[in-house]
Amino acid sequence: MNDATLEIRNLHAGIPGGEPILHGVDLTVPRGEVHALMGPNGSGKSTLAKIIAGDASYEVTDGEILLEGEDVLGLEPDERARAGLYLAFQYPVEVPGVSIANFLRLALNARRPEGDEIGVMDFYKKLQRAVKALDWDESILERNLHEGFSGGEKKRSEILQLLVLEPKYAILDETDSGLDIDALKVVAQGVNAARGPEFGCLMITHYQRLLNYIVPDRVHVMVDGRVVTEGEKELAMELDQKGYEWVREQVGA
Amino acid sequence: MSDLTNVNPDAEKLQGMEHTKQYDFRLPETYFYRSEKGLNKRVVEKISYFKEEPEWMLEFRLKALEIAEKKGPPKWGPDLSGLDFENIYFYIRPSERKGTADSWDEIPEEVRETYRRLGVPEAEQRVLAGVGAQYESEMVYHKLKEEWEKKGVIFLDTDTGLKEHPEVFKEYFSTVIPPEDNYFAAVNSAVWSGGSFVYVPEGVEVEVPLQAYFLLNAQSIGQFERTLIIGAPGSKFHYIEGCTAPAYNTDSFHSGVIEIIAQDNANVRYSTIQNWSHNVYNLVTQRALVHAGASMGWLDGNLGSKVTMKYPSCYLVGERAHGEVLSIAFAGDGQHQDAGSKMIHAAPHTTSSVVSKSISKGTGRSSYRGLVQIFDGADHARSNVECDALLLDDVARTDTYPYIEIGEKTAHVGHEATVSKLDDEQIFYLRSRGLAADEAMALIVRGFLDPVAKELPLEYAVELNRLIELEMEGSVG
Repeated sequence: MNDATLEIRNLHAGIPGGEPILHGVDLTVPRGEVHALMGPNGSGKSTLAKIIAGDASYEVTDGEILLEGEDVLGLEPDERARAGLYLAFQYPVEVPGVSIANFLRLALNARRPEGDEIGVMDFYKKLQRAVKALDWDESILERNLHEGFSGGEKKRSEILQLLVLEPKYAILDETDSGLDIDALKVVAQGVNAARGPEFGCLMITHYQRLLNYIVPDRVHVMVDGRVVTEGEKELAMELDQKGYEWVREQVGA
Repeated sequence: MSDLTNVNPDAEKLQGMEHTKQYDFRLPETYFYRSEKGLNKRVVEKISYFKEEPEWMLEFRLKALEIAEKKGPPKWGPDLSGLDFENIYFYIRPSERKGTADSWDEIPEEVRETYRRLGVPEAEQRVLAGVGAQYESEMVYHKLKEEWEKKGVIFLDTDTGLKEHPEVFKEYFSTVIPPEDNYFAAVNSAVWSGGSFVYVPEGVEVEVPLQAYFLLNAQSIGQFERTLIIGAPGSKFHYIEGCTAPAYNTDSFHSGVIEIIAQDNANVRYSTIQNWSHNVYNLVTQRALVHAGASMGWLDGNLGSKVTMKYPSCYLVGERAHGEVLSIAFAGDGQHQDAGSKMIHAAPHTTSSVVSKSISKGTGRSSYRGLVQIFDGADHARSNVECDALLLDDVARTDTYPYIEIGEKTAHVGHEATVSKLDDEQIFYLRSRGLAADEAMALIVRGFLDPVAKELPLEYAVELNRLIELEMEGSVG
């Protein structure tokens, strides 16, 4: 069995005191591959993303999240990030007064041993590369984190951070939602720049549209808190034509 | 003078150096003379005698004492009941040296050690342009760059200023804040010692900030610095003061008076970052008289202390005068920061702006208390006030007391206040990028303060961030 994977096993979770949302999710993303996670509204995709990142407002009642064989459920969100996980948020928050450059330097240094801070030149090169991949102007780095950003700029910033932080595995939570076609292309260009043998990715999306630009290695479909089917990229197109009702019928959900 | 208490009390001397955490340490006391405890006529007379002051100053002090006795402490604002004058030394001299030292080497080793711990020498190496350092109640170190002397800039401790420039001194001293102004100004007027005296002549621009770094280091000492700053017409300069007081067992008292006169078209900035030990009552009066076309900016950072009451003011008395206050307050457990500003518009086309940022944590409480007053005849005056409060938890408290008095129809006054709580979503977001919870919190706080902190020279901004991180230690719940 390949150990270089992000593996979700039989994950059950919900909000403490509330109805369960995830009813046993099974899903594996090998490092080096880009997978899509699709499904109707309310199927639990975003909940899954937040739970992987360690959002404390959810409670995991059963199952495991294995990052290359290690269960991360006992880890704090920042420990998970330092272990190589990344979540591109659906709704990134604003942090006034904190520039993107400054923030990314802190985030990079958090991954390094104390006293071994990243050099100015190395840092600058990383930033430059990321900015270029997203057709962005360098001046964006001096702007405060998402302060006054449009929805599209926020999504772009999430991918910018991904490119600089170089996680092993990234979850993109509806990074395509709210983007016009030009912005979508730019964001896709950024994600494609991150692709490679060292990078695993799970893209959460409602629409096939994104997958025209980021072609997935595999597609998983989630309905009612479980992954009910998976397949090649053609599955996404089939979904697009036939709708999620078709999946429900197929799996008898 | 046979009753002078010339003491070096071994009993009170500390057993070596106690070092609890950075910025919260103390050194053994080796002062030469201190007054008896309490405030009375005898103490005031002794101070004046020791300083070999002119007769008029002694008279001024005694009159101020009478005023203080008549007035009594204010009955509004924070709780001052823990302040016990009977147990405070109103005057202490740190060593046998008199006057000021010209170079770092002349400073007593013990004082230098304290500064080293505060990182002052490094700051000095980098930007130093002249350090006036106040140790206990008297200046022991003062330096002024030669080129300034050539330009006629005076930068001295206030005692020396009085001796060497009696005419200028007498002309302006107490003209902005008379003893009658308020109780603490009266107390300061009676027992003042040390502080800075700055005079920048007409048209002179001082590019590198004038910095005074001073601290308290004796138990139960009232420190009553008196600063007098005069910017002659068309002058331009920035004065910076920082205080990092060590921690003690008994309550300490600090009550400074800072008077600034910005004459026509002068541009004066006064910045201070204060980190008082958590038992200090910090009750300061600071006010500027701003003449026609002049601009005055206060940048005021209040950390530490038990109670702070401080309202930097601008009296805009000349046409088109401009006043500005940027303030930061951090109220940790058991602390009350009652800070704010006063903007008095007494001439046409005067403008003012206030930005106040406060942070409260645990049982800490921060208040903004501000006054904007526009006199009849101050036509087209404009003022804008913005206060933002950040609460770090569910217990912390903040209040806003804005007073606005407008006597002029053409005035334009804006007031905006926001209160926010440290946002769990923000913290989760930052943590998801690898920052530990305490780093995430500190980053949010730094960002909140950034609009003010970025107005500070770099090393002071760094120091401010360090101090705030220390204050926030243990706030991750």
